[in-house]
Amino acid sequence: MEDLFTETFLTALIAGGVLAAVPLLFASLGEMVSEQAGVLNVGLEGMMLAGAYGGFVVALETDSTWLGLGAGMLVGALVSLVMVVLCVRMKLDQIVIGIGIVLVAEGLTSLLFDARYAASRPRLPAASEWAVPGLSELPVVGKSIFMQHPIVYVGVGLVIAAHFVLRRTSAGLSLRAAGEKPAALDAAGVDVDRTRTWATIVAGLGAGLGGAYLSVIAAGTFTPFMTQGQGFIAIVIAMLARGTAPWTIVGSLLFGMSLSVATALQLIGVQISTDYVQMLPFIAVIVVLVLFARRSYLPSALALPYVRGER
Amino acid sequence: MAARGPTAPEPAFASRLGLDLQQSTNHCLVALRGITKSFPGVVANDRIDLDVHAGEVHALLGENGAGKSTLISILAGMYRPDEGEILIEGRAQEIDSPRAAIELGIGTVYQHLTLVPTLSVLENLMLGIGSQGARLDLGAARDRFDELAKVLGVSFDPDATVAGLALGQRQQVEIMKALWRRSRVLVLDEPTSMLTPQDYDELRHYLERLKGQGLAIVLITHKLHEAIEMGDRVSILRSGRKVGSLEPDAVAGRSADELRGQIVRIMFGDETPEVESAVELSGAEAPREARPARGPVVLSVTDVELAGDPQEVGLRGVSLELHAGEVTGIAGVDGNGQRELAEVIAGQRRPDSGNVFLGDEDATRLGVAERQQRGLRYVTDDRLGEGTVAGFDVAMNSVLKRIGEAPFWSHGRVNRAEIDRYANQLVEDYDVRTPDVYARVATLSGGNIQKLVLARELAFSPKVVVFNKPTHGLDVRTAEFVRDTITRLASEGVAALVISTEIDELITLCDRIAVMSRGVVTGVVDNAPGAEERVGELMVAR
Amino acid sequence: MSARASSVAARAAEAVAASLVPAILALVATGLLLVILGHDPLEFYGDMLDRGLLEWPGFQESVIRMAPLLLIAAGLIVAFRANLWNLGADGQFLLGAAFAAGLAPTLVDTLGATLTLVAVMAIAAVVGALWTVIPAVLRAWYGVNEIITTLMMSFIGIAVANVLVKGPFRTDTGGVARTDTLPLDDRLPLLGDTQINAGIIIAVLAILAVHLVMTRTSVGLRLRVLGENPRAAQHAGLHTGRLTVCAFMASGALIALAGAVEILGIWGSFRADFNPSFGLIVIPLVFLARLHAIGSALFVAAFAVIQIGGESAARKSEVSSDILLALVGLMLLFMAVTEYLRTRRPTAVGAG
Repeated sequence: MEDLFTETFLTALIAGGVLAAVPLLFASLGEMVSEQAGVLNVGLEGMMLAGAYGGFVVALETDSTWLGLGAGMLVGALVSLVMVVLCVRMKLDQIVIGIGIVLVAEGLTSLLFDARYAASRPRLPAASEWAVPGLSELPVVGKSIFMQHPIVYVGVGLVIAAHFVLRRTSAGLSLRAAGEKPAALDAAGVDVDRTRTWATIVAGLGAGLGGAYLSVIAAGTFTPFMTQGQGFIAIVIAMLARGTAPWTIVGSLLFGMSLSVATALQLIGVQISTDYVQMLPFIAVIVVLVLFARRSYLPSALALPYVRGER
Repeated sequence: MAARGPTAPEPAFASRLGLDLQQSTNHCLVALRGITKSFPGVVANDRIDLDVHAGEVHALLGENGAGKSTLISILAGMYRPDEGEILIEGRAQEIDSPRAAIELGIGTVYQHLTLVPTLSVLENLMLGIGSQGARLDLGAARDRFDELAKVLGVSFDPDATVAGLALGQRQQVEIMKALWRRSRVLVLDEPTSMLTPQDYDELRHYLERLKGQGLAIVLITHKLHEAIEMGDRVSILRSGRKVGSLEPDAVAGRSADELRGQIVRIMFGDETPEVESAVELSGAEAPREARPARGPVVLSVTDVELAGDPQEVGLRGVSLELHAGEVTGIAGVDGNGQRELAEVIAGQRRPDSGNVFLGDEDATRLGVAERQQRGLRYVTDDRLGEGTVAGFDVAMNSVLKRIGEAPFWSHGRVNRAEIDRYANQLVEDYDVRTPDVYARVATLSGGNIQKLVLARELAFSPKVVVFNKPTHGLDVRTAEFVRDTITRLASEGVAALVISTEIDELITLCDRIAVMSRGVVTGVVDNAPGAEERVGELMVAR
Repeated sequence: MSARASSVAARAAEAVAASLVPAILALVATGLLLVILGHDPLEFYGDMLDRGLLEWPGFQESVIRMAPLLLIAAGLIVAFRANLWNLGADGQFLLGAAFAAGLAPTLVDTLGATLTLVAVMAIAAVVGALWTVIPAVLRAWYGVNEIITTLMMSFIGIAVANVLVKGPFRTDTGGVARTDTLPLDDRLPLLGDTQINAGIIIAVLAILAVHLVMTRTSVGLRLRVLGENPRAAQHAGLHTGRLTVCAFMASGALIALAGAVEILGIWGSFRADFNPSFGLIVIPLVFLARLHAIGSALFVAAFAVIQIGGESAARKSEVSSDILLALVGLMLLFMAVTEYLRTRRPTAVGAG
């Protein structure tokens, strides 16, 4: 068992964990913002996939990782506009629309990839990493945490920014009111639909960026269905974060490491089925929910459309 | 009677409030001209004119459904009028959103409070202020809070979460919120519906001070005495029309009785009102005649304790006895445990401790259906929220509480013909206006839904009936019908429990009135002369 | 009761129209997509129809495919009618399949074919039902959102199914981990001379049963009251907690039964990482039918044809068969918009 604490293992575990956590982080952060505003974005998986495909295509055509990431965000945001129009503006059921978005995105990205790249299966060059001066020299954590693509540090910055916006700004107050009691926000002179629109777009941006990270940086290529349910995991993380942005980091790392621990174990010669490890975080969450089950702590107006004059 | 007429502003106060008082106080701040607003099937406002002056309280009086709420929703930017114009300081203005209203200096306190319960007082006050990207200036907000708290003469912790505040305090936060952005016009929609008599006095007190600062106040009420006591100018709405008004010179110096007579004449002309009270005529009713000897106790509640949800006060040591043939009232400001008590009696909730007896039988552990079988009924106040399933038709709603029971079901299979026959009977008996029993309940008016609920609950010979705010939000005729029904039931030997926030209604209906405050029954008063005052005292007793 | 009959008929006609319009719109949109990709949509749809419905082998395959989809639809309707979002169908399905594949080849030696089939389907249903208990109880008594819990239980279920197949249920033969294979003769019997197994009979009976329960019985009405207005359910004295758990368990049982039928009727064995992901795809179908059981059956039938024929047509014209996902997703989105346009008639707003 002392093998568990070798540098090889820990480095692999943490590095792999961070790599797997980053897409979850972006997506769950975006989802958390939209949930705070009362929009349950079940289509997150679809937005991630669309972002992954869009990011891959642009990164491939332009040879630029950054343009790829930017394109992923843009595509994610475009897909979220479907949600904006149908759910926020037309007040249609968020869950039904979300599932529709997932299916269409899965089908379309697979179809387009198949039509354009199935034969050539191109790969992107490895994205450059950026070593944090000094810190990257540290043992174990140096290479695993402080030698990442810069977007990872941007992600941490975004979490802090989101936390600040939610707690300390007018916009954050409006967001929380839109999810908790939209009528109050309306009466206070803020357009509920507009607030929710922005929140939904933020979720699209986050999911798109997460997806683009997955294809452009983590995998270096696109494969159909490559998100493999990560969008749904991100929804779980966002719900558990309960509006406190830093928890998305904790949740993403927990789930990310569980995805990487099997690989890390193989490096030190321990063979264990990934099935066991991958269900651990879910089991942990379920156990926590069973032991500390409380009345729903989600925003009161989550997934409920707001229509003025209806209570 | 409050001091009448405009009061001279106190400059120090005025600057503290941040009011712009360059102009003379008694000028017309807001004028509505020919405001018309229709909804499908109803003209809610029909060519209404209204003048709101600085330094005055303009009371807008009318029964439920008269169009008051629509009118202030237009003023607050929630609805846009079909026709007519709104002049602010003589200039025509388009109020196309709540934001536009706020920017024009119109602050509104809605009847159903619009605070976010999970946010703090200060956060609620800052909601919607400034540009959306801006950082919250907590320091400035705290200063402004202190200023307004001083003006209103109230004190509470600005960092407290709103969910933890009492209803009276929440309303004070609402008024602060309306004044926060230096409003010149304060609109209050039925502000007394959640207040104790003491809170009411406090409200009158600070409205007096605010109008002293040159604020124009619009007070919406369906209670005649409130309009008389607080209004400097009174307008009366009826069926969407303004049927008359009293100018300040007509109000000032008149006695309450004179004013009452005058207003009733405006409302009904010289004809005798066919319905007892088109608006609540406080104290005008004669005390009801006493009933003969008491029947036996058919329902008793003993030492019931209930923690309740975080947003509720729960119940503490509540005991109560209901006698056959008697109407017992529960008075109290909304949210003081009445709903919890009703649900414990109905069997929708189990108390943490204490018992509910039906006759001699301990019913504490019985469910809703079992208690219904034993003759207990509960007419909920939330007709659409829980009393009916809006998407189901009238027929299914009429058997909502008898699912699976004969003769409507046999061996689990539905007998639709029997249900339809029964529903048609109820609709006829209670005069429910519906195209047929296959219409969805959502398409019925509130009054007809209430009749349907009454019909359902009162079928199959009830012994004990709990009525939770049975006339709330109803038009006069239906309200009268409901009250008559309750009286008829009692004369047939049924024990009735009527929960109401309207003391006048309880005085009309009840033999005894119990008062609830903060989850405790603070006292039970026999309905004799002087009962009203005693009930008022008990409402704030601890 | 002619008033009722006519209003019911009118509503039914409207519902049918409102269901077909989005389906047609989605077909048109997907057709445009095919045009953009340089294919002839008419040819594609023609092939789809030929190979999914008109040609005998394809028709048989479509009917076979209907069985699991119908059972999943039946399970989803039970939950969705009670407004319970069971989004964990994949986990329930795979657990049912894993248990069927793991137990049937062993049991058949002692019990014989018929008893084994019955026993294994019952076990699968019980496993599926039990798998929903945690989300059901958390939702019923603690108000924990079931979307999040059923999703998580689904991920766990998929992993557990694989753990079982790679562990206790694993056969000794080499290669990819899988269970023993149930001999062809011991699987669900075929109907006459066809390749269609009796799974379709089970599925049709299940969906009919769900239809009758939902429309004709007090249990169904109770579930609908719970779904339409949970507070009214409480007010009317329904045991909402118990109902929630029952609906969830019935839902899980039916979906796991679908997994068992898929194994016992077609594959005979469970290979590691088998996951047809039927769960998400059936949701749009039951919504298109507005949670109506018979309507859902029609949509499932149509979809089975589209899927079987579509896979074949896609192979022929060399497009990804995942285009069918887009097609179904689009149907769902168009349905939502159609619904919006249909119900946007002015409604009375209370005045005063």
